Amino acid sequence: MKIPYFPGCSLKTYASSFEKSAIASGAELGIEFVEIPRWNCCGVVSSLTSDDLMHHLAPVRNMIRVLEMQNDKIVDTDNKMLTLCSMCMNTLKRSNLKMQEHADELETINDFMYKEDQKYDGSVQVMHYLEILKEYGFAKIAEKVKVSLKGLKVAPYYGCMLIRPKEVGIDDAEEPTIFEDFLKALGAEPVDWRSKKTCCGSYLTVNKENIVVKLTGKILEDARRNGADLIITSCPLCAFNLDSRQELLQIRNPNFEPIPVLYFSQLLAIALGLDINKFGFENNKVDGMPLLKNKILNK
Amino acid sequence: MTKKIVLNEKTLAFQKKVEELSGENTAMCDQCGTCSGGCPFVEEMDITPAQLMRKVMLGQEDVLECDTLWICATCNTCTVRCPRKLDVSKIAEALRQIKLRDEINNLDINDLPKNVLKELPQIALIAALRKLSS
Repeated sequence: MKIPYFPGCSLKTYASSFEKSAIASGAELGIEFVEIPRWNCCGVVSSLTSDDLMHHLAPVRNMIRVLEMQNDKIVDTDNKMLTLCSMCMNTLKRSNLKMQEHADELETINDFMYKEDQKYDGSVQVMHYLEILKEYGFAKIAEKVKVSLKGLKVAPYYGCMLIRPKEVGIDDAEEPTIFEDFLKALGAEPVDWRSKKTCCGSYLTVNKENIVVKLTGKILEDARRNGADLIITSCPLCAFNLDSRQELLQIRNPNFEPIPVLYFSQLLAIALGLDINKFGFENNKVDGMPLLKNKILNK
Repeated sequence: MTKKIVLNEKTLAFQKKVEELSGENTAMCDQCGTCSGGCPFVEEMDITPAQLMRKVMLGQEDVLECDTLWICATCNTCTVRCPRKLDVSKIAEALRQIKLRDEINNLDINDLPKNVLKELPQIALIAALRKLSS
């Protein structure tokens, strides 16, 4: 299966281990990520005011690229578009939904993109990698596991953008299970915890660092209290807030025990038996390697 | 303490403006407080999301001066829980936009020290600039 892949800014920079591990694990499962040529930034956050169409141009332009790939037969996945970053997925999906539901707005957007060879018709289906994996079948993934993650207690962190609002969420907004099903397929033990869908503070990390440190402190402590060895996420901004902000937490509270925060794809790649050195853990501030070596790899 | 609230053309116009921008019908709000109860930021806010809703319903323009607008990070917890299916995050966005369209920014990138800018990921900077500045 060859699928158009939208990376977004983070995956090419400080979340490169997310991209590398996702691509490597996909290849192992026969899912080939074909990077969208000339992709552009999605805008990170969706414009919510009814009169602001301008900010939907950038997401829709990426969807035109997907249709072009489809026409050129570089991909074979019926207009699907693969995303890894939760925020990109949310923004792209919300714009797409707007285009699908409002023909007049779609027409206006198309008028603005007169330099494109192709018009957008609302036919692209934006999907998260987790959804693709679910479609592939968690049972089938379980059969391909070479290194079982048995004994590893993982706290799945959904955050906001993966499950809210309901119209674009990939799972139930209140009781999501997709991460738990994924973890069970790898042999790991998902931890049930309250903070799995509590906001980490998002972009307030820029100008209201204290709020973010307070919120992430509570989230991290909750994971520890419930016996988690590590946390997984699919959002590079959550990962930054949960992982990088632990330095400050340690300064403020000497009893704070750091906890590794990994991308779900890193665990998938390990479970599929891929070389851990190839997709890197260089982005992680709290080093997860000693734990993984101790619990999984050196068994 | 009694507070006198006057409803007039001005308050009605403000309420209509917020409704137009957000696409939400604020009269649907029952003031049940579910939005405030679930909001992860409520402790940091000067007025709760339910209070913000009430102010909008009454067309009180001073709602634009509250910190709550800029603390709400659109996590959508209230949105998925509102029993009247109101999208409170869209109302907060409409209020932010009213300020931003008057070129009153909440964040000036020049105020951020260089070392802080350097360590912040693009995803955080772009999101913050789009939400908090015009």
